[in-house]
Amino acid sequence: MNKIPNRAVMCDVLKEAAAKDRNVVVLCSDSRGSGSMTSFAETYPAQFVEVGIAEQNLVGIAAGMAACGKKPFAVSPASFISTRSYEQCKVDCAYSNTNVKLVGISGGVSYGALGMSHHSAQDIAAMSAIPGMRVYLPSDRHQTRKLFEALLKDEQTAYIRLGRNPVEDVYTEENVPFAMDKATVLAEGSDALLVACGEMVKPAKDAAELLREQGISAAVLDMYCVKPLDAEGLLKAAKGKKLVVSVEEHSPFGGLGSMVAQVIGANDPKKVLTLALPDAPVITGTSAEVFRYYGLDAEGIAKTVREALKN
Amino acid sequence: MNALAVKAYDLRQDVLDIIVSGGGGHIGGDMSSMEIMLTLYNRMNITPETADDPDRDRFVLSKGHCVETLYAVLADRGFLDLDEIKATFSKFGSEYIGHPHNTLRGIEMNSGSLGHGLSVCVGMALAGRMDGRTYRVYTLMGDGELAEGSVWEGATSAGHYKLDNLCAVIDRNHLQISGTTEEVMDPGNLRERLEATGWHVIEVADGNDVDQLNAAFDEAEKTKGKPTCIIANTIKGKGSALMENKAGWHHHLPNAEEYAQIKADLAARKEALLHE
Repeated sequence: MNKIPNRAVMCDVLKEAAAKDRNVVVLCSDSRGSGSMTSFAETYPAQFVEVGIAEQNLVGIAAGMAACGKKPFAVSPASFISTRSYEQCKVDCAYSNTNVKLVGISGGVSYGALGMSHHSAQDIAAMSAIPGMRVYLPSDRHQTRKLFEALLKDEQTAYIRLGRNPVEDVYTEENVPFAMDKATVLAEGSDALLVACGEMVKPAKDAAELLREQGISAAVLDMYCVKPLDAEGLLKAAKGKKLVVSVEEHSPFGGLGSMVAQVIGANDPKKVLTLALPDAPVITGTSAEVFRYYGLDAEGIAKTVREALKN
Repeated sequence: MNALAVKAYDLRQDVLDIIVSGGGGHIGGDMSSMEIMLTLYNRMNITPETADDPDRDRFVLSKGHCVETLYAVLADRGFLDLDEIKATFSKFGSEYIGHPHNTLRGIEMNSGSLGHGLSVCVGMALAGRMDGRTYRVYTLMGDGELAEGSVWEGATSAGHYKLDNLCAVIDRNHLQISGTTEEVMDPGNLRERLEATGWHVIEVADGNDVDQLNAAFDEAEKTKGKPTCIIANTIKGKGSALMENKAGWHHHLPNAEEYAQIKADLAARKEALLHE
């Protein structure tokens, strides 16, 4: 079982980059601990800015730094950076075309029992609705590394959501197929297509294996690039399938499922199911308990596919 | 007489024309902030040729709705084409919209929603310090804008980081769209609020006076170890008795009669300045 959270990998990649490029800077809103950024702050204090508990200021300052040639990564809990500073993300980052990478840590229901104030089940919808904003949810630590290495090379703003806890590997260190803004095919199949992002990729992959044992052939797509959605990859993977099921740790509205349904509906109409969190405050519990309760674990996803194919 | 003081009245005529051409604009704040922006652009280290120079001074118009004055000043300084602005402002497909947009030469950041500029300038000032650059960073805020909480997040961080390369100006015209700032949301003692978070505060008795403004900017440049805020006491609608100190002129399209009156008043003010 992997013990390294994706946020720690982000810190490693940013430290490697900061060593070579003094324009790489990290900003935190009293969030260096939860963002795994303490060692960055200690190693590169001249490239670290503490903003205090002021997320609007965090994003505004990051945008001002980017306008002066810096490559800022603003690291703050997903719930706050995506909604408290939403307008700064829209105006100062996307609209002003500044190279700010907005990193939402402890995303989705990572904070578990802390409740809805700390859950970010709206961030994909909110961020995706901003023209020029890209939205990424890496699935495991290996893909997180590839994604941050790629983001360091471009000069456009993006929102990246990471979870709090270590997640099981989807890929191996030696084998991480990754192309920027292209979904990764994890499994081929003929009956159904599972499209997932972030922490839902692993249970989707496991669900496909359960289904295979039950005689159902399901393909799996890791759509870490929710925006720009890899429509071409999606349509290719969905071709010939009876059913498409999207899986995400997000509100059922405006997230991966909505975007998948848009593309499938317009190009290759067929049944599309959206597996997501409910349109309600989620039940109290750890991420794993919450996912199981709402059918977002491997068994729940497999059950949804099985029953949908029966009808 | 300071030539810029006279020029301010010529540029007010341009602002009036831009607004009438575009079918409306934030004329009251445009007129109150004219000398502030004109003075700044005549002392900042930036020209159309150096608009991308990493060492240039930066200005962010946080009260973005006063873009008509920014357009007039940038045109006067050779960044933008005044005829094009007058012909296309706010019209279909125009680049010249009702708030600053940084695809236009000389404009650093997009604004419009209030309370953003100071934080952005804190970032610019921090970046300059990190890189050992000597440029200065300026922002202009409205006094109504000070009700935005994000202004005070930015102010606190500027004081915390002792950003002496940063200078914020408040266009203190005491009016916003619904009435006086004291009626709508009293900002309280601004000097005390700013000093409490580590700012050097300069009050300019007449913020429509170029010489007084220049003296304040000189003092700001010399102030070390803390950011400076210039509270410039201005007159909303400055230039014509028709609009001065009237909240109703916050955003307005003058009719033909008003237009003629304002034009005549601006010309008379200019004439009076020339004979001072």
